Amino acid sequence: MKIECQQLTKVYEATNGPLSSLEDVTFSVDDREFVGIVGPSGCGKTTLLKLIAGLLEPTSGRVIMSGAPAEGYPRSSMVFQDHGLFPWMTVLDNVAFGLQMYGIDRAERRDRARAFVDRVGLSQFADSYPGQLSVGMGQRVGIIRAFVTDPPLLLMDEPFGALDSQTRLVLQEELLRIWGEYQKVVIFVTHDIDEAIRLSDRILVMTGRPGRILEEVPIPLDRPRELTRRKPAAVGEIKWHIWGLLEEQVRKSLWVAD
Amino acid sequence: MREAAPPEFSGQVERWGPALSALAVLAAWELASRTGAISPMFFPPPSSIAVVLWRMLMGGELLVDLGITIARVIAGFVLGAGLGMLLGMVMGSSPRLGAQLDPWVAALHPTPKIAVLPLILVIFGIGEASKIMLAALGAFFPMLINTIAGVRQIPHIYFEVADSYGAGRMQTFARVVVPGSLPLVMAGARISANVALMLTIAAELVAAQRGLGQVIWFAWQTLRIEEVYAGLFVTSMLGITFAYLLERFTRWVMPWRSGVRNASR
Repeated sequence: MKIECQQLTKVYEATNGPLSSLEDVTFSVDDREFVGIVGPSGCGKTTLLKLIAGLLEPTSGRVIMSGAPAEGYPRSSMVFQDHGLFPWMTVLDNVAFGLQMYGIDRAERRDRARAFVDRVGLSQFADSYPGQLSVGMGQRVGIIRAFVTDPPLLLMDEPFGALDSQTRLVLQEELLRIWGEYQKVVIFVTHDIDEAIRLSDRILVMTGRPGRILEEVPIPLDRPRELTRRKPAAVGEIKWHIWGLLEEQVRKSLWVAD
Repeated sequence: MREAAPPEFSGQVERWGPALSALAVLAAWELASRTGAISPMFFPPPSSIAVVLWRMLMGGELLVDLGITIARVIAGFVLGAGLGMLLGMVMGSSPRLGAQLDPWVAALHPTPKIAVLPLILVIFGIGEASKIMLAALGAFFPMLINTIAGVRQIPHIYFEVADSYGAGRMQTFARVVVPGSLPLVMAGARISANVALMLTIAAELVAAQRGLGQVIWFAWQTLRIEEVYAGLFVTSMLGITFAYLLERFTRWVMPWRSGVRNASR
């Protein structure tokens, strides 16, 4: 599946006048590509994901998906910051939720959900409630909930933001492993430049509000990647380049009130 | 430095403390009443209340009154709290309807419901319907208000998640609105049950042939003070039983709430 965002602009109607969140955002994502998005906070990264997911309507511009599944089949799943698991459903029911919404019968959705729960090593927590899980386990469940409906596109909104750095590394590796197997398009929003470099094929660097695309940075790293291995020297260069782009944006956005 | 009590001892205190203090109060009451330190006319010794209560229970009449009161409370509670929950869910999920109806709730809720009894008697007659309607009216508002608050406090993220998987209105209602509001709904149910009991007894005091309220009222009119206390005791036991059953039910419908021992949040 290919995705093209053409001149996406989103203006919110706030109480004290219109608030421009995204301005003229144009980019495309190739089939099976892993695209990272970094930018200062409040630059409309989440808005961008919601526009692509169809949860919000753009003020102008459009999102074109070619090779997308037919109506009624899952096109995209979203992984939320702080996982967004329903506290009142067991792990298994949470994972199966998407399948249920797509009308898959109970026996099949439980089988499919259980297969995913097993493969991320949470079998013994299948009947636990999210409140009984650690943050890391919770986000694992959040990720497999998105994978289980098997959409061609995954939208991830700072999914590892709340995790400690070791857990984060493990989950990044896990994500790459599952992604490598299922070959989906991933659009991954993060504020962590290292994370973006480790995971992405290409990074979109965004400006402060209203968010625009400042630069597209390709990441010339081979796949499959082993995150715990030492990185080639080029990665350091890329990191400083992106930080150079971002620094001014972040400084500016510090002076813009929300 | 003083030594702390050994853990077994403090555990025993926690376990038996309430029972012991209740016994102590009863013993002091008994003693004060028997010695005339307090008037046995108003505060008869607990032992004689117990004897009277036993006799009333054996006579069987009290059980009939108890049964009648229970039936009225349950009917009023189910009717009032049920409607309160339904309307609360609707008002909570629809901001526009909520805004329209909020002033009505704010105006009607603070009215002492017992004051409406004469009006209810006029409309529903002096039969069973009027007691049930009064209890229902009382049970309605706490449930309504708690349910509205329960729905409105559901974090927005859960609606977004449901939305992102293409959940329709009914699916969102069943899988997000109902379970998400349940903690406050059940808190409302406990208040509603208590108000339903209170108003049933109040209605029975003044406008009934049977029921616990009438037992207490009749005992007062005939100056049988022990029977007044016995009626009060049964009434309070009834309230405690309702609260206990609702507590058990609450745990049963919200299994995710019990046994959540969690380090992270």
